[in-house]
Amino acid sequence: MTDAVTVTDLVVDRGARRVLPGLSCAVPAARVTGLLGPSGSGKSTLMRAVVGVQRIRSGRVTVLGEPAGSPALRSRVGYVTQAPSVYADLTVRENARYFAALYGRGARAADAAIADVGLREAAGQLVGDLSGGQRGRASLACALVGEPELLVLDEPTVGLDPVLRVELWDRFAALAAAGTTLVVSSHVMDEAGRCDRLLLLREGELLSDSTPARLRADTGTDDLEEAFLRLVRARQQEVAA
Amino acid sequence: MTTALSPRLTGATTGRVLRQLRHDPRTIAMLTVLPGLLLGLLYLLWRDVPTPPGQEPVFDRIGLTMLGIFPFVVMFLVTSIAMLRERTSGTLERLLTTPLSRLDLLLGYGTAFGTAAAVQALVTVGLATTLYDLDVAGSLWLVVLIAVVDAVLGVALGLLASAFATSEFQAVQFMPVVVLPQFFLCGLLVPREQMAGWLQAISDVLPLTYAVEALQEVGTSAIATGTMWRDVGIVAGVAVLALSLAAGTLRRRTS
Repeated sequence: MTDAVTVTDLVVDRGARRVLPGLSCAVPAARVTGLLGPSGSGKSTLMRAVVGVQRIRSGRVTVLGEPAGSPALRSRVGYVTQAPSVYADLTVRENARYFAALYGRGARAADAAIADVGLREAAGQLVGDLSGGQRGRASLACALVGEPELLVLDEPTVGLDPVLRVELWDRFAALAAAGTTLVVSSHVMDEAGRCDRLLLLREGELLSDSTPARLRADTGTDDLEEAFLRLVRARQQEVAA
Repeated sequence: MTTALSPRLTGATTGRVLRQLRHDPRTIAMLTVLPGLLLGLLYLLWRDVPTPPGQEPVFDRIGLTMLGIFPFVVMFLVTSIAMLRERTSGTLERLLTTPLSRLDLLLGYGTAFGTAAAVQALVTVGLATTLYDLDVAGSLWLVVLIAVVDAVLGVALGLLASAFATSEFQAVQFMPVVVLPQFFLCGLLVPREQMAGWLQAISDVLPLTYAVEALQEVGTSAIATGTMWRDVGIVAGVAVLALSLAAGTLRRRTS
């Protein structure tokens, strides 16, 4: 299995705080990799580094064989920020068509992306008039529309009802099966089970690089939330010893 | 800095900004008719003031100059707020991860608001020459052209100023900082040759001075003069310079 993203000794400071103190990890191609950890653990910072908008202190981030953020990657990587970053004063369709144009796609691709996130009925509505969850999906559609090889999604399921959440995770699985690499962050542990690979972050450190099955076996529990807690406690004992 | 320009991506951005405007009819109405109404107020102000024999009516001089100042001020404000919104909503960061280059984005804004300014100028010049009896010796199309170039200058300076503002409160206060000194020193309030030497020197390096001079040339000469074309060139040049500087302030990587 080849890696779509490799991170080597990544150090990132934000203000006076060291957010990532020297992180190394890899993201396998054509899989859904979950980036999990409590808020403030460095998930968003790592994602920003992968898409090339984070100023880094040292270390290396390689994406699809190129340095993160290089111009050649801009049509191959899609990024959805935690807060929906779409134009509130445009309709869903106008937003999707603008981003489609930026990726060299047409109106048909825009309509398909809108249907993919379940917003077909709301396509003509202004984004500013949508609910929080719908806004997030509009933002997602604007990344899907470019059919990128790597999709970086920061907490895409926040504020979604359980049905929609399941549908989106099905959609992520289908994209991975078709060859897209996905990096999805979440602080909801029950979503971890839907990932092919799990990177558990805590205070900027990689606590575990595993799969849901392996994590369950290693920690002796079926509950991934409990597994994470056991890992944290084991790590604390390690540091104390 | 990415300088790879793509007319297609610039065009898509122009279309997007104009579509945003279209969803805001009140802004369109204000952009279109407000300068014309304000000019009407100036017309009424001087209508009953007698003109000394042999002199140009005051409104002909001031009204004409205002045709260049309105688009500059309005577009400066509108653009600096629009760009600030782009920064604070996260859409700017997102755009910088797409194939859109920074100059595409800025030129997209320039073209969109330049188009809006052209509509504004047509309406204002139309009102001025019909209802307000504004007398212009030269071609009205040249007046419109100068108004549009002034608007593009306002857009470019607005884009640049927005880089130094972190809130809307700050952004609107850049308007008096950037606009008023240029307005005071452009030669409208006090003829430039009557200014103190050092004020004249400052006036010499402010772009609005040349915009005003270009309009005065059109106002008094039936044919387009060399001075007018030189002035238009200077204003356009400063606009291009400000756009390039603004592109430099768009950082792809932030901390």
